[in-house]
Amino acid sequence: MRLASAQEITRDMFEPLQLGAGEGEAITRPPISYWREVVRRFRRNRLAVVGLVILIALLVFAFAGPLFTHWDPREQSLFDTNKPPSGEHWFGTDNLGRDMFARLCYGTKVSLFVGVMAALIDLVVGVIYGGISGYFGGAVDDVMMRVVDILYGIPYIIVAILLLVVIGPGLWSVILAMTITGWVGMARLVRGQVLQLKEQEYVLAARALGASHLGIILRHLIPNAMGVIIVQMTFTIPGAIFGEAFLSFIGLGVPLPLASLGTMANDGYQYLRIYPYQLIIPAIAIIMTMLGFNFVGDGLRDALDPKLRR
Amino acid sequence: MVQDTHAHDVVLEVINLKKYFQFSRKAVLKAVDDVTFSVKKGEVFGLVGESGCGKTTAGRTIVGLYTPTSGRIVYEGEDVSKLRGADVKRFKRHMQIIFQDPYASLDPRMTVGDIIGEALDIHGLATGRDRLARIHELLDVVGLSAEHANRFPHEFSGGQRQRIGIARALAVDPKFIVADEPISALDVSIQAQVVNLLSRLREERGLTYIFIAHDLAMVKHLSDNVGVMYLGRLVELAPSAELYKNPVHPYTQGLLSAIPIPDPRVERERKRIVLEGEVPSPVNPPRGCRFQTRCRTVKPICREEDPKLKQVAPGHFAACHLY
Repeated sequence: MRLASAQEITRDMFEPLQLGAGEGEAITRPPISYWREVVRRFRRNRLAVVGLVILIALLVFAFAGPLFTHWDPREQSLFDTNKPPSGEHWFGTDNLGRDMFARLCYGTKVSLFVGVMAALIDLVVGVIYGGISGYFGGAVDDVMMRVVDILYGIPYIIVAILLLVVIGPGLWSVILAMTITGWVGMARLVRGQVLQLKEQEYVLAARALGASHLGIILRHLIPNAMGVIIVQMTFTIPGAIFGEAFLSFIGLGVPLPLASLGTMANDGYQYLRIYPYQLIIPAIAIIMTMLGFNFVGDGLRDALDPKLRR
Repeated sequence: MVQDTHAHDVVLEVINLKKYFQFSRKAVLKAVDDVTFSVKKGEVFGLVGESGCGKTTAGRTIVGLYTPTSGRIVYEGEDVSKLRGADVKRFKRHMQIIFQDPYASLDPRMTVGDIIGEALDIHGLATGRDRLARIHELLDVVGLSAEHANRFPHEFSGGQRQRIGIARALAVDPKFIVADEPISALDVSIQAQVVNLLSRLREERGLTYIFIAHDLAMVKHLSDNVGVMYLGRLVELAPSAELYKNPVHPYTQGLLSAIPIPDPRVERERKRIVLEGEVPSPVNPPRGCRFQTRCRTVKPICREEDPKLKQVAPGHFAACHLY
């Protein structure tokens, strides 16, 4: 069907526009780097932002908390045992009369330290091991991955208990117990990434240009695997904190006078019926840590995934 | 030039090149199986064939991305596989490659400036202000502007990205470029842009190309000599005009008949030779001639004996028992 008003549109109503040289190639949107884009996408994810706020609050609590209280987390006072939360002892006191607020700050710090240390060791060992395995491939990869398979098959709790029995309890024993089999997850992940990335055409292009192995690893492989590695770390940290809490709870955790969220929960658990706050307070701290890291991890995973780029 | 300058003209000789990939103890994929050809200085050598025929593997082996299983690649009289250390780097400055997929061939984490600059850094060609000036110059050569240097690959269109890939290859001032299906991932409207750029660069810089493609029409337009590959073998080799006028291998005939003729009357009357069946697996190719399973003119000898590349006309070679 033709419109009746078609006669209104005539040739002289159009004006040719001249396209200047190179104008077709111009990009007007400001350049956005990969990391800026990640931040933008992360901030859009409300849950991730909540997680980040929780984590920052926990860090402030662990490091700045002691400044607000004059109590020493190790100082016992047998006249003030099992005091409920009050103006003097904000979170009450435990069965040895130690201030729970000061102790919780201290325990959070120790727990975070265990988590971050375990994740860092996983990171270093896993990235190097997985990177070598994936990059060189072939027989090297076969042998290295069989070792990983064997380690993966051993339940970590058994290794952890054996190790703690052999070398005795201590902060570093707990960290070691967590990482001795924990790094295989990171190694597998990094290997998979490297295996995939090294066949990318931009890596081939770098090789065709004569780039060295180290050059390719530093310039192309690590930056491109970084997103996945960071995400894995944000899940390793709460895993390690939880693992430590679990070991502490069954009595294999950090020894006294150190305190962690796990040992505090263990102590509180004994008086659950009479003084429930002694378990509830460290339990809430553990939950907040878990939630914070998991929210941030989920948010980062979505934000770092280039396939979701819009 | 009237005298026999043949020996001087040839820049690249590929002699009995084989590249096998070992999958398991028994399965060996013979991606490139005994391929021999030579490329003269300043020419465009087209390498055609359908997917999986080994043309990309051949190209990548020539630039040194894969180590040949056997055979030799001789560039300017030197056996490339014998080069070590600094000589390898020198060779890489002579020979560059342009990749098929402009989305995969640029590192998404690097700016365009750094992608091109990487080539300069590896060979220590320019630093500081020189490096930037050189990057801008290269962008200009491929029709992009200096301000694109701070952008990331995802901000560009396919054709623009392919030109960035070309700029990267040009950064080391190569003499020889293997273009591995540089246009097959692009829109038809953009293909001409990239092809024209490649042609212009060839004239301006005296480049020699190996142009790998499955689009015979484009290869015809560009190439001086064409090699047709099938299942890892070179089945026909001839000057471009000769090959298109007088294809002798049944496979080449089939391929050429797939090119539409831009005249509807002729096109309607034309009889197409349709190749029946699938390409056999390169892990387990048929005994005798590899093309026997799809050949219209198969003879008993084809099932027994592997045909050798024979001269059927001056400069025109074919591997077929019919000749």
